[in-house]
This record gives sequence, C-alpha cells and structure tokens, in this order.
Amino acid sequence: MIEIKNVSKWYGSFQVLTDCTTNVKKSEVVVVCGPSGSGKSTLIKCVNALEPFQKGSIVVNGVAVEDPKTNLPKLRAQVGMVFQNFELFPHMTITDNLTIAQIKVLGRSREEAVDKGLKLLDRVGLKAQAAKYPGQLSGGQQQRVAIARALAMDPICMLFDEPTSALDPEMINEVLDVMVQLAHEGMTMMCVTHEMGFARKVAHRVIFMDRGAIVEDAAKDDFFGQPRSERAQNFLAKILHH
Amino acid sequence: MSDFDFSVILENWGFLAQGLRYTVQVTITAMLGGILIGTVLALMRLSSLPPLQWFAAGYVNIFRSVPLVQVILAFYLILPMVLQMITGKQMPIGAANSAYFTFTVFEAAYYSEIMRSGIQSVPRGQVAAGYAMGFTYGQTMRLVVLPQAFRNMLPVLLTQTIILFQDVSLVYAIGATDFFGAADKITQRDLRPVEMYTTVAVVYFVICFTLSRLVKLLQSRIAIIR
Ligand SMILES: Nc1ncnc2c1ncn2[C@@H]1O[C@H](COP(=O)(O)OP(=O)(O)OP(=O)(O)O)[C@@H](O)[C@H]1O
Ligand SMILES: [Mg+2]
Repeated sequence: MIEIKNVSKWYGSFQVLTDCTTNVKKSEVVVVCGPSGSGKSTLIKCVNALEPFQKGSIVVNGVAVEDPKTNLPKLRAQVGMVFQNFELFPHMTITDNLTIAQIKVLGRSREEAVDKGLKLLDRVGLKAQAAKYPGQLSGGQQQRVAIARALAMDPICMLFDEPTSALDPEMINEVLDVMVQLAHEGMTMMCVTHEMGFARKVAHRVIFMDRGAIVEDAAKDDFFGQPRSERAQNFLAKILHH
Repeated sequence: MSDFDFSVILENWGFLAQGLRYTVQVTITAMLGGILIGTVLALMRLSSLPPLQWFAAGYVNIFRSVPLVQVILAFYLILPMVLQMITGKQMPIGAANSAYFTFTVFEAAYYSEIMRSGIQSVPRGQVAAGYAMGFTYGQTMRLVVLPQAFRNMLPVLLTQTIILFQDVSLVYAIGATDFFGAADKITQRDLRPVEMYTTVAVVYFVICFTLSRLVKLLQSRIAIIR
C-alpha cells in the first residue's frame, strides 16, 4: 500500500532523511518512533507529498508520489492525515469541517456529505457537537473530529503525526481508543507516536528513526523483546520509564 | 455663532449630497476592487515564483512611494491616451471616472500589504491540512486561508477604507466634485466658510465614527472562535 524506497531529503545542505526504506502493507499498522528531530514528521509528510524529497521513490497504492505527472490533490484525498495540532478549520462549524472536502473534492452532494459526516461524528462520540466551532471543543474532542474528518473521505490509508502529543494526559485515551478501533477494523495506518501502549496493542511493526535514518524496522514483538540497536534500546528505556 | 446660517446648508443640500454620493461610490468601488486586486497581489508576493513576487513587490513599492495626488493627476492625463492607443478612438473619460480607476489601482497596493500579513497570520499547519484533504492550491486559499486572513485583518481593512474615504477629497486636483469639493465650491461662491466647513467636518465625523463602530460590531460577530 505504501512503499518507501531509498528516500533522502535535504533542507539546503542539511540532510533530514537518509536512504529511508520501508513498506506498509494493506491493513498493517506501523508505528514510527524516535527522538525529536529525527525526521519522523518529515518522512510521514513525504508520503502524501506535503514535503518534496530529492531522492528515492514513494509509491502509494500504485501511484508514484514524486512523479510530476501525479495528480497530487487526488492522491492526497485518498490518504487521511491527522496532525499534532488537529488543524481543524477554525472558521467553520464541525459539520462544515466534516463535509467541505467531501463536497469540494469528491463532488458529493451536501446531504450525502452531511449524512456521512454526522455518522462518523457519532462514531467518535461527538454527535452533539455538530453545530459548534472547533474552538469550542476540548483538544481531545478536536482531535477526534479531525480523525472523523479524514475518515469522511474514505481514505485507503491513514497517516498520524503525533496525534496525542499536544493533548492533556486525561484526553489521550479518548483519541487512542478511536485509533485502536480503526486498527481493529483493518485500516492501513502509519502512526508517528510515542504511545508505546498503543504500539503494543495494535501495531504490527515498529520503526525506530534516528538522525534521519530508519535504524530499526521490526515486528512489534521483536522490537519490544530485543531491539537490536543500542540507540533504540536507550530510547525505549527512556520513554518507557517516564 | 449667532449668525450661523443653516439655510446655506439646506439650500445647497442637493449639490452637497451629489458630492457625497460620488465620494461614497468611489470609496466602495476602490475598496472592493482594491481588496480583490490586493489579494491577488498578496498571493503573487507570497508565491514561490520569482517573476510573480517581483511584479507584486514592484507594484506595491511604486504606489506606496508616490503621493496619491500625483497618481490622480498622472492617471487623469495618461489614461485617455492609453485607452486611445488600445481602442484607436478618442476616449474622453473625464475626471470623475478616471478617479474610480486611480483609487482602485492605488488602494490595491495598500490592501495587498494588509492581506499579505493576514495570509501570513494563518498557521502553516492550516495550509498543510488543506492540501492533505485533497484541496488544490486555489481551494486551499479560497476555502481555508483567505477566509481566516480576511477575518483576522478586518479591522485593518476597514481602517484603510476610512482613510480612503477621506482621501477621495484629493480629486479636487483634477476638478472632480466629491463631497469636500462640493462644499468648497459653495464656500467660494457664497462666502460662508464657517457653515460649509462645519457641515463637512460633522458629516465626515459621523460617517467615519459610524463605520468604526460598525467594524467593532461586525468583528465580534464574525470573529473566529478560538
Ligand atoms: N523547513 C525546514 N527547514 C529546515 N530544517 C527543517 C525544516 N523542517 C524540519 N527541519 C529539520 O529537520 C529535522 C527533522 O524534523 P522533523 O519535524 O521531521 O522531526 P521529528 O522527528 O518529527 O521531530 P519531533 O518529534 O520534534 O516532531 C529537524 O532537525 C528539523 O529541525
Ligand atoms: Mg514531528
């Protein structure tokens, strides 16, 4: 579903990504972790071409992201993305947030879009908030809306970039619960997160990045059992202890 | 003030009102046109294409470094020539009409700077979110960025419009008759400066004051809930 092959990326002379290679198969859940600044966000943003890269290739569902002929809006519409800071559109109601791309990008009718949007809103437990604005919701609620917004596009896979790291601790679980449920339903997911409980519960594979490179790419049990690299071991020890 | 003669105002009200209408029309035209052109200029300035950046920067810098009166005069003289070159016909468009064009084009430079900081005030994550939903560049701007930029900048846009409203009086330089010009002409003829200039001041004050009140009201109604 997502094939990342030898991807390298530079900001000027600074290399952010170094020869990254990995695959995410259909219905697979892959967790990406690593220290701050290791390039996790950059890698995941390369997948839906929010960030360009200079070397290598990424193929999503058979479409080469770096190909200049690729219709990027069309590709991105099929790839759901959830951001650290939610990024709901603050000037629109929750309903409009859920429907605008369905209408403008997928060409659905307004009724159809509202119907779909409200169903998903109900699914994340926020049906009563439909008429409100993002600023009137808590962080956890906003993030759940953001997930519903992405799902409304019927994505073939979902990308998460630290979806819980901007949240107060008591709101983290309500978001993780939605993600766990998604994973159980067979959604293909690539999640940058340090929530190792989540990784343990649903991940198939864990990728560990450091200084722009994929240092470790292992099945979950292997990763938690005995990460091969020392850096991954140290990292795990640090985040599991706090 | 015992000889303040209200009848001078009443007798000439028709002429004054005509001037006021012209002032308002030029203001509204230049505001709408200026914000539209200004927004396009701002997008060009913030685009990643150097020629567009240069064009927009040049446009803004030129108009911001020339006094408005001079631009009004220059366009009044040049515009008919340009039109004649294009159409091949004599086109006496007149002072009153040339001012519509001049103010729109001139104010666009100022509105563009306002819209530029408005666009920059929208977090980059919003743009990323727009693209991630599958929006094109145009949709991301139109649906996500510009509505927020516009709302954030509304008070400044309206303040600029109030300045524009007052600046329309500069059309005296080409002999067009706006509100101030109308009052001025009556003063010259009837020699009643106190009545005329008081009226002018009061009307300008009432309109500008009402406008700025309206801004506050509007602002609280369309502000983005955060
Ligand atoms: N626009 C940019 N220009 C230059 N350098 C950048 C830019 N964006 C990111 N970087 C650098 O690239 C590196 C990787 O950034 P990235 O955001 O991908 O890291 P991350 O692993 O997501 O970190 P975090 O856990 O803090 O989110 C960092 O060193 C960062 O400073
Ligand atoms: Mg990051």
